[in-house]
Amino acid sequence: MSNANITAPRDTVAPRNFGTILKELDWRRYVIYIGFVVVFLFFAVLLRDQGFLSPNNLLNIFRQTATITVIAVGMTYVIACAEIDLSVGSVAGLSSVCTAMALSQWGLVPGILAGLAVGLVVGSINGALVSLLGIPSFLVTLGMLGIAVGVAQWITASAPQPILNDTFNTLFGSGNFGPVPGLVVWSAIFVAIGAVVLNRTRFGRQVLATGGNRNAAEFTGINTKRIKFQVLLISGMVASVAGMLYAGRLQSGRFQWGSGDELSAIAAVILGGTSLFGGFGSIIGTLFGALLIGLINNGLILAGLDSSQQQVVRGAIIILAVALARKK
Amino acid sequence: MNTADNVVEMRSISKSFNGVPVLKDVSFDVRKGEVHALAGGNGAGKSTLMKILQGVYQADAGEILIGGKPTAINSIQDAKAAGIGMVFQEFSLVPSLTVAQNIFLAAEPLGTGGLIDDRASVRRAKEVFSEMEVDVDPRAGVARLGTAYWQLTEIAKALAQNAQVLIMDEPTASLARHESEALFELIDRLKQRGISIIYISHRMDEVYRLADRITILRDGRHLLTAPLTDVTPEQIVEGIVGKKIEGQLSYRARDHVAQDGAPLLEVRGLTAGQRVRDVSFALRPGEILGLAGLMGSGRTELARALFGIDKVDSGEILLRGKKVSMGSPQQAINAGVALIPEDRRAQGLVLEHSVQDNLLLPLLGQIQRGPLLDGAKGKELSSSLIKRFAVKVAHPHRPVRLLSGGNQQKVVIAKWLGTDPDILILDEPTAGVDIGTKSEILDMIRELASAGKGVIVISSEYPELLAVSDRVLVVKDGSIIRDIPRSEIADEEYLQLAVQGV
Ligand SMILES: Nc1ncnc2c1ncn2[C@@H]1O[C@H](COP(=O)(O)OP(=O)(O)OP(=O)(O)O)[C@@H](O)[C@H]1O
Ligand SMILES: [Mg+2]
Repeated sequence: MSNANITAPRDTVAPRNFGTILKELDWRRYVIYIGFVVVFLFFAVLLRDQGFLSPNNLLNIFRQTATITVIAVGMTYVIACAEIDLSVGSVAGLSSVCTAMALSQWGLVPGILAGLAVGLVVGSINGALVSLLGIPSFLVTLGMLGIAVGVAQWITASAPQPILNDTFNTLFGSGNFGPVPGLVVWSAIFVAIGAVVLNRTRFGRQVLATGGNRNAAEFTGINTKRIKFQVLLISGMVASVAGMLYAGRLQSGRFQWGSGDELSAIAAVILGGTSLFGGFGSIIGTLFGALLIGLINNGLILAGLDSSQQQVVRGAIIILAVALARKK
Repeated sequence: MNTADNVVEMRSISKSFNGVPVLKDVSFDVRKGEVHALAGGNGAGKSTLMKILQGVYQADAGEILIGGKPTAINSIQDAKAAGIGMVFQEFSLVPSLTVAQNIFLAAEPLGTGGLIDDRASVRRAKEVFSEMEVDVDPRAGVARLGTAYWQLTEIAKALAQNAQVLIMDEPTASLARHESEALFELIDRLKQRGISIIYISHRMDEVYRLADRITILRDGRHLLTAPLTDVTPEQIVEGIVGKKIEGQLSYRARDHVAQDGAPLLEVRGLTAGQRVRDVSFALRPGEILGLAGLMGSGRTELARALFGIDKVDSGEILLRGKKVSMGSPQQAINAGVALIPEDRRAQGLVLEHSVQDNLLLPLLGQIQRGPLLDGAKGKELSSSLIKRFAVKVAHPHRPVRLLSGGNQQKVVIAKWLGTDPDILILDEPTAGVDIGTKSEILDMIRELASAGKGVIVISSEYPELLAVSDRVLVVKDGSIIRDIPRSEIADEEYLQLAVQGV
């Protein structure tokens, strides 16, 4: 940062008239919304005969992005705190498996608790290793990615675990609340809570401060180790809920559920304008980042691209968007 | 005198790091509403003593009394609760948050439902700023503010927490002159309100301008505490350095400059970005060129363009009459240009690496044997640099991060002089170095010039600029507005008026 930009002879900051506000307005932060609208319009025109704009298809986009959205809300905290969590996808898988197994053994409540326990345990281990031992979160959670998926595969002998409990399935993903799909309600709740906590609570502010300048946060009396622990714990817990949403929607637990979601979630967070270097986070941006990814997936399927082509186009679009949103 | 008058009293403080004693039986006290200067050479232990008061470190022995009562300060929170605030130079603000958010960080006013009430913090921040009689927009993002505002924000942050004692560690190191003056006036006002200030600085004029009393540390020991009316500047300098130094800041004419000789470096119509506009000048072998100007006038940017960091938009750079392109620092280094940057922590050093590794970074070519690095040679080279520049470090393998501020600056300078450049650009070379070292650095600059090298010195300290420069270029809004031979500059005031464009 340059520290040589004052020439005014007295201590004044330039008045915030409309012109300067416009100039200062960091459009990169809003690139996600522009990108979202552009891509939406593009598909709306291109795919109007394939039913892109039908209410059913639009609801489908929401439904398909719900788990990514939920995971990405937790990921926003982690990235805003200048850490990363690569284990979320496999935590979701492990959680779906544990929920399914506990559900068939002991019933609804133990099932849900088992799922949450996965997030609690994995998140705590991640958090403790990062904050107490100072191991980079990239390495800790990369290791955990393998461990969680391995455990899920091991305890199920790679077999899917069917879930026959209708209450669970209705509650977690298969059901509707009135006309609104349950999955949409779930993501709305996570986004709302996530946004308020990040912007309007001391905890959220301390996460941003820790990510923005850890030393400064430390010298202000913020326990940055605890904050780092907490964001990784939150991320694990949120991922375990996402795992239950997979389980409810697909009415089974399976170790593959959620695999690769960490990359989609990270992409959603970065597309949404959260700084990869920490210190700045936007949950609403994350929501739109996730929706944009969902939109692209959906559009490419409707356009008839096969899955290998989809992957290529998706990757290119993400790189392009991140390049546009990058810092100067 | 009555100890109850002391807001802070530190008694017989000792502290060692890894068995190396840094403070030995140091006592220090501060009265209500006084400015107490804390002076001493680089590595004397000033910052360490203050960090103990601030709860960052714990003393090995000794006690701290606050308002006459023994108080344990084991954490930053304890210090805050005891009414001690610190204006850190480097790291106490979060750039991604706003001014108001920083001021109330971890103490945010809460509104309905326990949620942060940012509007209340903006309002209260405004109150604090108006009490300080300065005008800062609490909603501005800190990342976009200049250093002076960082500092005002830090002071406001401390005051918002009801600090009774403010510690300022080299607060003017990166301020322009008028900004420093504004800070001094603020300090006067705070003093009137009964707030005590501990002021660490290497600049004598500031100490005399502000302080009521001075305490000098030398090598971790308490040397003296006295009212400023009782000590002369010479006594203070001698106390800090441990020996008499004379005429360190007076100009000595050197007759090495061949005024008609071919220039070493010639710049024609150089324009780079917003801050360097149509700059032309020449630098001759053996010449020391001073760049004067306000902070933000574009001096640093000019240096960056010459060193290939910033892209040159138009104009040309000639070295010994040959046109060169400075596309990257690598090209500049190969062409024999070195830049000692302004922000040493961010640009000059890899803080986590050892002193030796930092010193050798630009010299790797010299210590190569085949494809491998010659460890013994590297060790020898770095030790000789450490010795030559009197860097105070227990061992070359210690991380630079642990050095005192002034010693870090010495490492940066040593590192670049090791490359033996033909043209040396120094941006605020003596920021944060003690008086003894400062005169050593100035001597070094003179020596280099006498050996036929071209030197460009950027400095906001006029006495220093006048002490070394053969010619002074005055920079304003990115352009050179005056080119004055040293012999035509009568005194500091003349230069100051020139800088202000009068
Ligand atoms: N955390 C640490 N670990 C080891 N040594 C340290 C540490 N902090 C400081 N030191 C050493 O203690 C000595 C005193 O350092 P200190 O920063 O207090 O000096 P100072 O008086 O502030 O100097 P300056 O004027 O250069 O800022 C130095 O030799 C420094 O290397
Ligand atoms: Mg210091």
